[in-house]
Amino acid sequence: MDALDILLSASFWVAAIRIASPLIFATMGELICERAGVLNLGIEGIMTAGAFAGWFTVYAGGDLWTGIVVAAFVGGLFGLLHAMLTVPLGLSQHVVGIGITLLATSLTYFTYRLLLPEVTSPPKIEPFQPLPIPGLSQIPIVGEALFTQTPLTYLAFLSVAAVAWILYRTPVGLAVRAAGENPSAVEAQGISVTAIRMGAVVAGSALMAIGGAFLTTSAFNSFFFQMINGRGWICIALVVFGSWRPGKALIGAILFAAFDAYQVRLQQISGGVVPYQVFLMMPYALSILALILVARKAAYPKALMIPYQKGER
Amino acid sequence: MRLEPKPAPSLGVLFLFPLAAVATTLVLTSILVLAAGASPLSVFYLVARGAAGSQFALLETLTRATPLIFTGLAIAVAFRAKLWNIGAEAQLYMGGVMTVVLGTGALPLPAPILIPILMIAAMLAGALMLLGPAVLKTRFGVDEVVTTLLLNFIVLLFVSMLLEGVLKDPMGLGWPQSQKIIAEAQLPRLIQGKRLHYGFVIAIVAAILVWVITKKTLLGYEMRAVGHNAEGARFVGIPVNRILMKTALLSGGLAALAGFSEVSGLKGNLTLDLSPGYGYTGIVVAMLAMLNPLGVVASAIFVAGIFVGADAMSRAAKVPSYIADVMVATSLLTMVVAILLTRFRIRWK
Amino acid sequence: MTSNPVLRLSGIAKRFGPLRANDGISFELKRGEVIALLGENGAGKTTLMNILFGHYVADEGTVEAFGKQLPPGDPRAALDAGIGMVHQHFTLADNMTVQENIALGTESLWRLKLDRTAARRRITQLSSDFGLAVDPAATVAALSVGERQRVEILKALYRDARILILDEPTAVLTPAETDALFRTLKLLVAKGLSIIFISHKLNEVMAVSDRVLVLRAGKLVGERDTKTTDRKELAALMVGQEVKPAEVRPVRLGAPLLTLERVSTAPHNGAGLDDVSLTLTAGEITGLAGVSGNGQAALAALIAGTRRPTGGRISIAGNDVSDWSPRAALSHGIARIPEDRHAVGTIGDMSVTENVIAERYGSPRFSRMGFLNWTAARRFAEKIIADYDVKCPSPEARIRLLSGGNMQKLILGRALDPDPAVILASQPTRGLDVGAVAYVHRMLLAARDRGAAVLLISEDLEEVLALSDRILVMSQGRLSTPSSRGERSIRELGELMAGHSGENSDHAA
Repeated sequence: MDALDILLSASFWVAAIRIASPLIFATMGELICERAGVLNLGIEGIMTAGAFAGWFTVYAGGDLWTGIVVAAFVGGLFGLLHAMLTVPLGLSQHVVGIGITLLATSLTYFTYRLLLPEVTSPPKIEPFQPLPIPGLSQIPIVGEALFTQTPLTYLAFLSVAAVAWILYRTPVGLAVRAAGENPSAVEAQGISVTAIRMGAVVAGSALMAIGGAFLTTSAFNSFFFQMINGRGWICIALVVFGSWRPGKALIGAILFAAFDAYQVRLQQISGGVVPYQVFLMMPYALSILALILVARKAAYPKALMIPYQKGER
Repeated sequence: MRLEPKPAPSLGVLFLFPLAAVATTLVLTSILVLAAGASPLSVFYLVARGAAGSQFALLETLTRATPLIFTGLAIAVAFRAKLWNIGAEAQLYMGGVMTVVLGTGALPLPAPILIPILMIAAMLAGALMLLGPAVLKTRFGVDEVVTTLLLNFIVLLFVSMLLEGVLKDPMGLGWPQSQKIIAEAQLPRLIQGKRLHYGFVIAIVAAILVWVITKKTLLGYEMRAVGHNAEGARFVGIPVNRILMKTALLSGGLAALAGFSEVSGLKGNLTLDLSPGYGYTGIVVAMLAMLNPLGVVASAIFVAGIFVGADAMSRAAKVPSYIADVMVATSLLTMVVAILLTRFRIRWK
Repeated sequence: MTSNPVLRLSGIAKRFGPLRANDGISFELKRGEVIALLGENGAGKTTLMNILFGHYVADEGTVEAFGKQLPPGDPRAALDAGIGMVHQHFTLADNMTVQENIALGTESLWRLKLDRTAARRRITQLSSDFGLAVDPAATVAALSVGERQRVEILKALYRDARILILDEPTAVLTPAETDALFRTLKLLVAKGLSIIFISHKLNEVMAVSDRVLVLRAGKLVGERDTKTTDRKELAALMVGQEVKPAEVRPVRLGAPLLTLERVSTAPHNGAGLDDVSLTLTAGEITGLAGVSGNGQAALAALIAGTRRPTGGRISIAGNDVSDWSPRAALSHGIARIPEDRHAVGTIGDMSVTENVIAERYGSPRFSRMGFLNWTAARRFAEKIIADYDVKCPSPEARIRLLSGGNMQKLILGRALDPDPAVILASQPTRGLDVGAVAYVHRMLLAARDRGAAVLLISEDLEEVLALSDRILVMSQGRLSTPSSRGERSIRELGELMAGHSGENSDHAA
C-alpha cells in the first residue's frame, strides 16, 4: 500500500474523524472563550481534568453519558476560576491560563494517585461503542468515515452546528461577539460584559473538558498521565487557523487530524528509515506553520485579551 | 465592581501580600490533605522538615533550586518585556544537548576553558530556540505563547531521537541516554560527597547580573519600558523589536543554562527525564518573585523546598507527592491576585 | 409642555477617593426641553451622566425618570425607563453591521433566534421617520464619523428613548455635520423627546438649548434660561474667574526649519498622507484643522518619526534626511507632544523620573558605558517638576497616578527643555481643564516667540483659530492652501474640512 492509497482507504478516514473529535470539542470551547474576548490557556489542563473526571465516573460505576456530564461540570468549574480571575479582576490572561493548566493537571494527578494508589497499569473501562447510522453508513468511504463513529463524535459535529447557530443567530451569541469586539458597546446596551465573558469561559471550558473526556471514554478506554500531550495548545492554533469561525475551525480540525492519521500510517510503511519521532513532530510543526500562514490576515476579535473596566472610556 | 489604583505601596505591604498569598495557598491545600485522610499540620511539618530540617534536606533543596533559579530568571526577564516565553523547557533541553555534544570528548580541553565554552554553547542554543518564536512575533504577529509551547513538544521528540540515535550511549544497555561527559566538563561539587554543585553558585551570580542589568543599565530600562508600554517605548525612540530580540536571547540563554547545569553538575549525561517540568515551574518561581531577579533566588529555593519536602513527606504520610505541584500552582494564582491587591483597591460599586 | 418633569436628579454626589466628582447636584428636565450641561473638562459632566445612565452608582442622591425612581447602577433599568445615551466615545463594534449594533441587547438573551427581519424593518422605519439615513447591512468600520453618530442615535430611538443624552457630540464633527445634528435634535424635540446636551463649547450651547446648567468642580453653580444669558456670563460661571485669552504677539518669521516635499504615507488611524508639501518656519505657529481620520495622525506620526514616508522627501534646516526614526527626529531638534498621553506619551507604570528621561536616556547626561546615572535623572526630574509646576507625590511615583493636566505638563517639560527647533503639538489640550489649557497655550506661544516652529494639530477649531499664525485644513490625506490669521471664516474652513470627505452630509434632515 503506497502513500496515496492510504488516502483512499476508509479506515484512514474513520481514524481521521475519530482523532478530530476531541479537537473539535476543545477548539469550539476555546473559540467561544476567545470570541468573547478571553484567551483561555487553561485548555490543556482542563482537557486533562475532563479526561480523568469522565473516565473515573465510569470506573466508579456511572454510565458513559454521566461521565461526560461530570467532565463538563469539572471543566466548567475550572473555567469559572479562570473567569473570576481574568474578567472582573482583569489579571493577565496569559499567566492565569498557565496557572489553571498547572492547577488542573496537578489536581488531576493528585486525585488519581489518591483514589487509585496501588495500580501499576491504568485500569480500563468499557468505552463508547461505534453507532452506525442506518443507511448513511452504507455510502462508500464517506459513509463509513462519518457515520460509523461513536455517539460522542456525532455530538462533536452537533456542537459545531450549535456553536455556529448560537453565535450568529441568537441574541446571546450577538452579545458574545460584541463583547469580544467592543465591550463598551455591550455595556451601553444594558448587558453586563462580566456576565457574558464569564458565561462564555465557563461554557467553553465545559466543552474543552468533554474533548478531554472523549480520549478516555471513546478513543481509548483508560486514563494515563501526559495523555493530552499538547492537543490543547494545538486547538489554540486551530482557532486562529479557523479565523474564529466554527465552520472553518471544524475544517481545520479535520485537516489536522487527517494529517495526524496520515503520519501514523506513513510511519508504518516507511519501514523505520525515518525515525518515528520525526513523524510525531509533524503535527506540532504543522500547527506552527498554520499559525504563520494565517497570521498576516488574522481577523481576531478586537477586544481579545483586553480586560474591561466598567465606566472606563 | 471597580478597581481603583492605589498609590505606591510601602515596603511592608509589598511583603505582606505575598505572605498572605502563601498563607491562602496553605489553607486551600489543607483541604486536599484532609481529603487524603491526613492532618494538615503534620503534613506541612513533614514537608518543612523534608525541605530544610537537616543538612541533607537543605542541600537537596538548594540542589533542586539551581535549575529553578535559571528558568525563573529566564522567565522573569522575558515576562518583564511581555515576551511570553513558555518554552523554557525546550531551551533547557537544548542546553543539555549542547553540553553533551561538546562535552563527551569532542573538545579535549582543561576544565577552566571547557566549562565556559560549554556554557556559551548552551546559551547560544537556548537563545536560538527562543529567537525563532520572537521573530515570528515581531515579523509576523504570531503569538509566542503557542509557538514556544509547541516547540517544547518538538524539542522533546528531537532529544528522544538524538538519544536513540546519534547521542546514544553504546554502553547504556539500550536505555535512551547519552554518553557521560568527560571529567573536565563536570561542574565540581561544592561539598565533598554531597550533591550540591557549582551550578548553584553560577545561578546566584546570574541572578545578581540580571538584577544589575535590569535596574542599572540602558538595556534593562529599555526592556522594562517595552514590557510596560510598547507603543510608548516606540514613541520615545526605543527600538522595540530589537529589544525583544535581545530579551529573547537573554531569556533563552538563561533557560539553557539550567540544562547545562543539570547535565554538567548533577547528572553527568542527558536523558529524557532531565527536567521534570523546570521550564513550567520557572513560571511560578518568576511570578512569586514578582519578576524580581533577586527575589527569584528566594522563590526558587522556596518552591524547590516544597518539592523536596513533599517527596519526603509522601514517603511517610501517604499523601501523594503531587500535592507539591498543586501547592505550586495554587501559589501562582494566589500570588497574581496578591500583586493586584498591592496596586489596586476593589470597590464594590 | 406639561409641568411634570420627565427627569429629576436630587442631591447626586459621587466621590472617587479624595476627589468629589459630583457634589449635591439637583435639577429637572421638562418634556420637550433641551438642556445644555456646560462645564470645562473635569467638571463632572460625564460622571453625572454615567450615574444617570447606570454605569456608576452615586454615593448619595436619587434619579427619577417619568416619576419613578431608577434603581442605581443598572443601565438596563435606565434604558427601559426611556433614557438613551450617545456616548462621547462611540460604543459601536466596528467589525459588526449597523443592524447588529442596534439590535444588540434588545431581545431576551434566552431567545433562540434573532428576529432579523423585524429589526431591519424597524430600523428602516425609524431611519426615515427621523431623517437619519443608514444602511442596516453596512459594517460600522466603513462608516464616517457622522454616520456612526446617526447609528448611535438610532440605537437610542430603537429602544424607545424619550430622553436623549448626548455627550460632547460635536467634538468629532465638521461644522456642516454639526448643523445637521442640530436639525436632527429639533426634529426629535418636535416628536416629543427631551434632550440633555453636554458640551464645553459656548456657541453650541447658546444655539441649541432652552436652558443651561453650569457645572464647576463637581457642583452645579448656575442655571440659566438660554434666552436671558450670554457667552460672557456662562464663561465666567464655567471657569469661576476671568479667563484671559492667551496674548498673541506679532509674528516674527525666521528660517524654514522643517520641509515636507510631496510626502505620502500608508494609512494610519485613518487616511494616510497623499502628496503633501509643508514647510514649518521658525517663529510661526502653523495650525492644522480638520476632522480626525483625515490624515492628521499620519502626519503626526511622520513628523514624530514613528512612520517613514512611502514617497517624497523630508528636509530639516535645508538638509535632506535619509534615515528617519523617533531617535532621528529627536536628534534633529523635533519636540513631540503626542495625541494620547496615556497610550503613547507616557509609560504609565514607570516612575515620573523614568518617563522624564525617556527621550534622552542614552545621552551622556544620563548614561555612561551602558549604565544609567539615576542621580542625574532624578535631579532632572526635580527640575522639570519645579519649572513646570507639576503636582506629583514624588519623582519616584508611578506616572499614571498624576492627573491629566499634570501629565501633560510633564510631557511639555520633557519636550521643551532642550529648547527644540520644531514642536509638534497633537491635540495638546484634549481632556484638560481650563487652567491647564491656558498653561499649554502660554507655553506654545512662548516657544514660538523664542523662535521655534510649532505645528498645532487640533480638532478644536477655536483653539486652532486662537493660536495659529497660519492655518491649513487637512482632508482625505491632502492639505489645503494655507491662510493667515483671520483670512478665512469658520464657514470656509468648515467647507474645506468636509471638502472631499465623500459623505453627503446634507442627507440628514
